[in-house]
Amino acid sequence: MLNQLTISELAAKLAGREVSAREATQSCLDQIQRVDGKIHAFISYDATDALAQADAADKLLSQGGSGASRPLLGVPIAIKDVLAVKNQPLNCGSKILGNFISPYDATVIEKLKAAGAIVFGRLNMDEFAMGSSTENSAFGITHNPWDAERIPGGSSGGSAAAVAADECLAALGSDTGGSIRQPAALCGCVGLKPTYGRVSRYGLVAFASSLDQIGPFTKDVRDAAAMLGIIAGHDPRDSTSVPQPVPDYSAALTGDIKGLKLGLPKEYMIGGLDAEVKAAVDAAVKQFEKLGAEIVEISLPHTDYAIATYYIVATAEASANLARFDGIRYGARVDGNDPIELYSKTRGAGFGAEVKRRIILGTYVLSSGYYDAYYLRAQKVRTLIRGDFLKAFEKVDAIVTPTSPTAAFKIGEKSDDPLQMYLSDIFTISCNLAGICGVSVPCGFTQNPKLPVGLQLLGKPFGEETLLKIAHTYEMNTLWHKQKPAV
Amino acid sequence: MAAPNIDIKYVAHLARLSLTPEEEKKLGDQLDGILGYIEKLKELDVTGVEPTAHAVPMVNVTRADEIRPSLPHDDALRNAPKQANGLFIVPKIVE
Repeated sequence: MLNQLTISELAAKLAGREVSAREATQSCLDQIQRVDGKIHAFISYDATDALAQADAADKLLSQGGSGASRPLLGVPIAIKDVLAVKNQPLNCGSKILGNFISPYDATVIEKLKAAGAIVFGRLNMDEFAMGSSTENSAFGITHNPWDAERIPGGSSGGSAAAVAADECLAALGSDTGGSIRQPAALCGCVGLKPTYGRVSRYGLVAFASSLDQIGPFTKDVRDAAAMLGIIAGHDPRDSTSVPQPVPDYSAALTGDIKGLKLGLPKEYMIGGLDAEVKAAVDAAVKQFEKLGAEIVEISLPHTDYAIATYYIVATAEASANLARFDGIRYGARVDGNDPIELYSKTRGAGFGAEVKRRIILGTYVLSSGYYDAYYLRAQKVRTLIRGDFLKAFEKVDAIVTPTSPTAAFKIGEKSDDPLQMYLSDIFTISCNLAGICGVSVPCGFTQNPKLPVGLQLLGKPFGEETLLKIAHTYEMNTLWHKQKPAV
Repeated sequence: MAAPNIDIKYVAHLARLSLTPEEEKKLGDQLDGILGYIEKLKELDVTGVEPTAHAVPMVNVTRADEIRPSLPHDDALRNAPKQANGLFIVPKIVE
């Protein structure tokens, strides 16, 4: 079944004219019809438009139009509802954007289209990317394809679930504190967060501007490397994107990690870590040793302060970024007698509980009298956290950790206790604060029920080549990623 | 160290967020709990530490001051809740 292939497998069949883009796209649409009633990864999708793109791709394919210039020609890729795709809805999992239709393509979307991809669908997410379970969407909950009573992770839960359930060949998501890596771990697929500044944020609805990055969800590391090569690159329209040349990430996948040093942070093997998760990660570490890597114990001494730092920095930035949703230029509007009343009522009606919580917290930590004690202090602790990583990377080539302390938890299990939900981000959050890159790959399963466990690898700033090489070598020697949920 | 109680009404006004009394109470309790957790940052000695505003060492990224095409007028108005004569309609601001 074409929807079950990887990008590299499908691209080869398309280039060889064994199958058509239309057949591949129809295969994904059929799968969505079959399983999305249960999973609800998609908020919406335009089948007619997807098939029209497929027909256009087939025309180019018949003229010999794939290969190096259009490596994704005819490949269906679905998009988290936080990225602008021209003439498609953009809601960010919220009511406040109303019937917003994007007037332009995000840079990453332009790049995917230039590469020939069939860009379709609006994938479910926690509202404005705030959450770790996709329970905060105004458009319903997404269910984990491995166990419908469990969350897929968040905030890019729809993206992870769609890839795990073969509803698309790959997907884009965004990661501010773990929102790509954690759902990838919980759904059993590959999720990559590039170094901050590697991928343009132009067209990504901003949550926390100094933490957000766009990244791919794929079925294997080879596909992730291919996707990164396409979406990465300097963009003058994003002043935080870095003018660093884009290497050939696929060429870095040599399968040889002999002599590489992998750091194990002693602070990460903590009390709340589930025994089965620990066992899977321990086994992965042994696997790395078998493959010739050297395991080095390291210390990231400020680990314990990462969540507190994040929930000041990210919420402060979010409170500023979400100020634009005021009912004036776009989105739903609730009228008022004066502008202030209009803004307050519009925002009160349009935002969900988690978003309100974070806006209030962010506004508070920036407010007069509290700025120094909270926001400024958090920015200084951020320096210390980044320093921990840069120091560790003097000794090791990459860092190995669990992605999440537990496998997927049940829907509703943590939604009443926001702090508990926040604490589950402990392993992913420091990566965004430090601005480094990270990837989650499948590394095993729990028993009863069978749920995926993710292994996280963290790399140096702009160290994605080494990161992906290590991840790919592990994947080739273990094959966890080949197991699929029975949906 | 106990966290100061958040004045929810005041902060909600700053954030232009209208909250029901139930929301005010619930948010107040939850945020007091979260702020209590965040107090742990005060354990650290940050003397002499420079703040990190963002993780990539880039500053003063500018472009030449030249006029370039931007979002067309019609596209900009396309999602407007209320518009007329090529303008966004807003409630009266000045008496």
